Amino acid sequence: MISVRDLHKSFGDNEVLKGIDLEVSAQEVVCVIGPSGSGKSTLLRCLNLLEEVTSGDVFIEGKNLTDPKVDINEVRSRVGMVFQHFNLFPHMTVLENITLGPKKIKGVKKAQAEKEAEPLLAKVGLSDKANVYPDSLSGGQKQRVAIARSLAMNPKIMLFDEPTSALDPELVGDVLAVMKDLAKEGMTMVVVTHEMGFAREVGDRVIFMDEGIIMEENVPAKIFGEPDNPRTREFLSKVL
Amino acid sequence: MDAFMETHYMRVMPFLLEGLMYTLLITGVGLFFGFILGAIFGLARLSKSKIIYGIATVYVEVLRGTPILAQILFIYFGLPDVLGFNIDKITASIIAIAVNAGAYIAEIVRGAVYSIDKGQSEAGRSIGLTRGQTMRYIIWPQAFKRMIPPLGNQFVISLKDTSLFSVIAVGELTYMGQQYYGLTFAAFEALTMVCLLYLAITVPASIYLRRVERRLDV
Repeated sequence: MISVRDLHKSFGDNEVLKGIDLEVSAQEVVCVIGPSGSGKSTLLRCLNLLEEVTSGDVFIEGKNLTDPKVDINEVRSRVGMVFQHFNLFPHMTVLENITLGPKKIKGVKKAQAEKEAEPLLAKVGLSDKANVYPDSLSGGQKQRVAIARSLAMNPKIMLFDEPTSALDPELVGDVLAVMKDLAKEGMTMVVVTHEMGFAREVGDRVIFMDEGIIMEENVPAKIFGEPDNPRTREFLSKVL
Repeated sequence: MDAFMETHYMRVMPFLLEGLMYTLLITGVGLFFGFILGAIFGLARLSKSKIIYGIATVYVEVLRGTPILAQILFIYFGLPDVLGFNIDKITASIIAIAVNAGAYIAEIVRGAVYSIDKGQSEAGRSIGLTRGQTMRYIIWPQAFKRMIPPLGNQFVISLKDTSLFSVIAVGELTYMGQQYYGLTFAAFEALTMVCLLYLAITVPASIYLRRVERRLDV
C-alpha cells in the first residue's frame, strides 16, 4: 500500500528525515510515536507530498510520488489526511465541507453528494450538525467532521497527524472511537500520535522515531512491553 | 426661499452634479478594472516563479512610487506620443485610476491571501483539489472577506484622486467647480459645494463600510 525508500527531507540545512524505510500493507494500522522534533509529522506529510521530498521514493499503491509524471492530485484524492488543527473550511457548513471534494473533484452532483454525506455524518455521530458552521462546533466535533470530510473521497489510506493533540482531554475519546471504528472496518491507517493507549490497543505496529530515523518498530506489545532500544525505553518512561 | 435658490450655492449645483456623475463613472469603472489588475498582480506577488513575482513587484513599486498626477499626465500626454493615437480624457482617467488603484489593491489582495492559515490550503490540497481549485473555493472566499475594509478605503482614496484629473480638463466634480468660479468669481460658494458633494459620497461610504466590517466580524 505504502512503501517508503531511503527518504530524506531537509528544511534548508536542517535534515529532518535521515533515510526512512517503511512498508505499510493494506488494512494495517501503523502508529508513529516519538518526541517532538523527531520528524514523525514530516514523514506523514511526505506520504501525500504536502512536504516536498528531498531524496528517496514514496510509493502509494505502486505509484511513485516523486515521479513528476504522477498526478499528485489524483493520488491525494485516495489518501485522506486529518490534521492536528482540523483545518475545516470556516466559510462552509459541515455538509459543504464534506461534499466539496466529491463535487469538485469527482464531479458528483450536489444532491447525490449530500445523500452520500449522510452515512458519513452518522458514522462520526454528527447527523444533527449538517447545516451548522464549524465555528459553533467543539474541537472534538470539528475533528470528527474533518474525518468525515476525508472519508467522503473514499480514500484507501488515511493519514492522521496528531489528531487529538489540540483537543481538550474529555473530547479525545470520541475522536479515538471514530478512528477505532475505521481501523476495525479495515482502513489502512498511519497515525502520528501521543495517545499511547490508542497505539497499544489499535495499532498493528508501532514505530518509534527519533532524530529523523526510525529507531525501532514492532508490535505494540513488544514496544510498550520490552523495547529493545534504550531511546525507546527512555521516551516511554517519560510519557507513560 | 426663492432668494436662496438664486444664490451661487444653488446655481452651481447643476454643473457640479454633472461633474459628480463623471467622478463616479471614472471611479467606478476605474476601480472595476483596478480590482482585476489588483487580483492578478496580488496573486502574482505570491507566485513561486521569480519572473512572475518580479514583474508584479515592478508594477506595484512603480505605480505606488510615482504620484498619480504624474501618471495621468503620462497617460494622457506622454503615451500618445509613443502610441501614435490619442486617448480621450475619460478613458485616460479610467486607465489612471485602474493602474494606480490596481497597485494598491494588489497589496491588499496579497496581504489578505497571505493571511489565510496555511492549513486551509493544505486541507484543500490533501483532499485532491488542484492549486487553482483550492484558491477559488477555499482561500479566495475567506481572503475576500478580509479585503473588504481596505477596498472600501481604496474606494474613498480613488474617488478623491479623480479631482487631480482636472489638470487634463476632465469634466469631473472639482473641474466643474473651477469652471464655475472662473466665470462668476464665486470661489467660496462653488468650492464649498464641491467639498460637500465629495463628503456626500465618502461619509455614507465610510459608515456603510463600518457596518459591513462589523457584520463580517473581520
